[in-house]
This record gives sequence, C-alpha cells and structure tokens, in this order.
Amino acid sequence: MSQEPTTTQTGSGIEAVALLPEPAMRLRDVSVAFSGRMAVRNVTFDVAANKVTSMIGPSGSGKTTLLRSLNRLHDLTKGAVVKGEIQLGDIDVYGNELPTTLLRSRIGMVFQRPNPFPTMSIYDNVVSGLRFNGIKKKSILDEAAESALISAALWDSVKDRMKAHASTLSGGEQQRLCIARALAVEPEVLLMDEPTSSLDPVSTQRIEELMVELKNRVTIIIVTHNMQQAARVSDDCAFLLMAEDRAGELIEFAPTTKIFNNPSDSRTLDYIQGRFG
Amino acid sequence: MTVQSSSESLDRGLARGVMPRAKSGSTYNYVLRGVALLFTAVLALFVWSVLHQSWPAWTKYGLHILTGNNWSPAENNFGALALILATLITAGVAILFAVPIGIGTALTLNFVVPRRLAAPLTTVVELLAAVPSVVYGLWGLNVIVPWMSTTVQPWLASLTNSGWPFSGNAIGLGISTASLVLAIMVLPTIVAISRDVIATVPRDLIEGALSLGATRSQVLTRVVLPNAKIGLLGAVSLGAGRAIGETVAVAMVIGSSPSMPHSFFSLGSTLASTIATQYIDSSPMHMAALGALATILMVMTASVNAFARALVNRKPKS
Repeated sequence: MSQEPTTTQTGSGIEAVALLPEPAMRLRDVSVAFSGRMAVRNVTFDVAANKVTSMIGPSGSGKTTLLRSLNRLHDLTKGAVVKGEIQLGDIDVYGNELPTTLLRSRIGMVFQRPNPFPTMSIYDNVVSGLRFNGIKKKSILDEAAESALISAALWDSVKDRMKAHASTLSGGEQQRLCIARALAVEPEVLLMDEPTSSLDPVSTQRIEELMVELKNRVTIIIVTHNMQQAARVSDDCAFLLMAEDRAGELIEFAPTTKIFNNPSDSRTLDYIQGRFG
Repeated sequence: MTVQSSSESLDRGLARGVMPRAKSGSTYNYVLRGVALLFTAVLALFVWSVLHQSWPAWTKYGLHILTGNNWSPAENNFGALALILATLITAGVAILFAVPIGIGTALTLNFVVPRRLAAPLTTVVELLAAVPSVVYGLWGLNVIVPWMSTTVQPWLASLTNSGWPFSGNAIGLGISTASLVLAIMVLPTIVAISRDVIATVPRDLIEGALSLGATRSQVLTRVVLPNAKIGLLGAVSLGAGRAIGETVAVAMVIGSSPSMPHSFFSLGSTLASTIATQYIDSSPMHMAALGALATILMVMTASVNAFARALVNRKPKS
C-alpha cells in the first residue's frame, strides 16, 4: 500500500489540489501468469474515478485477463499468479485487509455473454448480490431492485413481471439485468468484459448509452473488441498488444481522444487505422 | 459452451419438427421404424410374460399379496407386505445416506480437489460403480457384518437403551446391514453421475455469482446445486432404482427372513432377495407368487423413474 498525501481532503487549504480526484483504481506493474506462462506483463495505469476507461487491443493481447485480475477472478484458476500492485482507492486488492467477497461486491462485473441465473426470477437475479452479502430485509431488497433496474433502464419493461424467469428476457434485456444485478450491490467500479459482443446493434446502443449515464455513480472499465465503441463511450483508453513471447503489454494509455487522434506510439496508430488486429 | 448451446438448439429444432426427418418410404425410415417397433414389442412381451406368470397368484390372493404380512410358501400364504417394507426401508435408508455423501463428494471432486488428483479419484469411483454386486455381498458378509455386530449395532442400541428402532439381537445380519451395504453400493453411481452433472453447470454462472461477492459455499448452494438439480435427481433416482432392485448383495447380508421388520436389527427379506433365494424347488403357486413380487418390483422401480421424471418436467413457477 502506498501512502500518498491525501489530496482529496477538502475544506482546508488544499482545494486546488483536490480538483485532481483520486483515481478509482491504480495498477502498478501488474503481471498475470498462468502456470508460469506470462499472459500480461507489467501494466501500469490509473483508472480515473467516474470515468469510462476502455481497454482495446487485438485478440490475445491480455485485455480480459487483465480485467479479471482486478476483481481477483483468477483466484479460482489453478496456477494463475498475479504480480504487481492493484489498488481500489486505498485498498490493496491482493492484500488481506478486505475479504475477497467484500472486495468483489465493491468491484462489479458484467460478462461477455449475459449470464443471469437461469433458476432465479428477474427479481431474485437483481437482488442476488445483496443476498450473497447477507441482506434479507424485503423492504431493502425491493428498494434496491427497483433502483438498480431503473438505473439499468429495465424497470419499465420488467416491473410487472418480476417473478418471471430471467430467461424470458431478450439477450439485450438479460445483459441489462446483469448490469442491474451488478449495480444493486452499489459497487465503486464496474468491470465490463465485452458486454455487447453477443448483442444486436440496438441493444448495443442502449448499453453504450447506459454506460455514459452510469458514469456519475460508478467508475467503468470496459474491455472491447470494437474500437468505435471505445471511441464512443470511453474517456481514457488503454491499448494492449501481444509481445513476441505472447504476453500482453500496455503500449499506450491516454485520453481516448488522444489515442484515436494523435497516438504517441506508431503501433497504436496502426491498430486504430486497422492495419492489423 | 458452444457445443452445449448448439445441442440445445438442435433439441429445440427436433421438438418443433424443424429438423429434416427421414423421408417416409425410404429404407432408412423403415429400418428405424422396425427397430423402434421391435424394441417396443420385446418390452411389451416381457411385461406381459411377467404378469402372465404371476396371474394365478393375483387371481387367487388378489390384494392380499400387497397387504398380507405373512409370507410362508409352505402354508401357501403369500402376503408380501413385510418384503415390500423391507425393500422400501433398506433402499430408503441407503439413499438417505448415499445422497448427501455422494453429492458432497461430487462437489468436492469438482471444486475442491486439485484437478491432478480429481481425475484418478474419479476413475476409482467409476470403477467402484462397476464392481459386480456379488463382490459387495461377499465383502459385506466378511467385513461389514462382523463390524456391525461388534461395533455399530451395540453403539446404536446404546443410543436408545436397546429400545425401538434399535432393539433386538445385534447379530450383524439384517435390515441395518443391508441398508449400509446398499448405501455403499449406490454411492459410486451417485457420485459418478452427480460429478458429471455438476461439471456441466456453466462457468459463467459461477463467475457471475463470485463477481457479486458470493462465498464459495453460496456459489455451491445457490447457483451450482439449483442449476444441476435436474441431473442430480436423475442420479438419485438411478441410485434408488439400483437399491430397490439389488438382489445378491442384499440376500447375502439381510438374513433372508420374510418376517415383518420391527427394528433396524431385524432380519428381513426384500422383494428381489426373496425371488432370488426361493425360486428353486418352488410349487407352481409359489412361482406365481414370486412372479407377483417381480411385478411389484417393476412397478416400484417404474414409479421411482416416473416420479423423478415428473419432478424434472415440472414447469417452473411463473
């Protein structure tokens, strides 16, 4: 854990510094290896709070692997090792100050394919995270469900059929249900792993709009294959590329406008212009 | 994942009749129909012959076969209630023990044991499921029976001060030992099938639950087990079917006494073990009565199967 000066303290004489908000997450020299084979090497960048940060790059560049290291989802994979430092605010993600379950309730995740729990109703899906965290009181669950579904722009179409199975929803609705499910536990950060890759263009557009709307309450990190999507929704952008030993490396991290208009690295430019990938 | 979803859509396609069907009139079609018809005919003939063989007993004794509690072929008394009860009790107790242990083992093999170790362990379990039942019977007789009489039964008796349901002589043979041997016999079947079923629960769902802050046990109880429910029911009903129909191993350890079981230490005789031990030198009516036992046994296993199917096909509440 790094002890940096508390620049977010307001009210005293450091207001000028406070204008620069603390990053929501910090990555320092993050490497991920599977059974000794390096998949991601030495990635360092800051994820700005209440912004959308995108990770782009061709297949095999380690975007998803990196994303999944942020909420310790590799813990389950035998032989997976994550090195370096990942911080959520002041908390060391791989330290033991916060149990992994609590950590994961503060870093939500939306997956490539909508994965609502098929044995649960729409309502049970939305409140499942709260129930996992021990909340049982119906009034709290009801309120959280409504608020999360409203945030995910799904409330109007499901409010009259909350007891229906989640599988009765369309693919796009299922993905928004998964977003609602993640939002219901009120995470600080929402990880999105190619959330629209299995959706039609209209559903994709709705989810992109949603991301922009959600910015004020949650920090979003999105992995996407779709460069236009990264350009449309993200504020900052990380470009990753596979090195010769097949490990993913961060080539460039910058505001999205810079990545797409004036990248510093020629490889970024080549990728943006569609010369490979 | 892709394989699964594509087979799903294939099933759906077949259900809707969208998939290309064999052209009627083609040789292929005739062969298929012939095989299906032959199979149905053999099955029908088989059921008919069992019924036919038992018919004299049914017409002479009627429902007394189901309700009478005196099975003494020498006196031409064929009340099979004691046999039916012994069958239900031994199979029931066996399932009661084998299901939690079996599903627990399957979960452990899938989620706790390192893969390097899980693979050989799974092979062992599958081999155990293939051991012939007479081997279990011999082992039960030589190992379980002495152990029951010297250790387990005295301990059980001490729990109830030799009162019901652990009253009587602790001689090792009997209902409790048969139940234990059956539990051990159906365990590998339940573990092997449950393990396969649990392994098919999509990783997406497990990761989805974890990403919401679920603990490992919450993942298992709220995501894995509910999603594997249908297949697990299949595993349990297969185990139950095996326990109800198991013959040789039970006959070797249950004490072969067709009297009404009044305690877990009672000697007993199940439907299947009675058929196996009494068919030699039986009078025609006795043979017909054994046929009646066979009929009851078939109805019981078919009911277990139907029950499991009904549970599986039950419409989710909407």
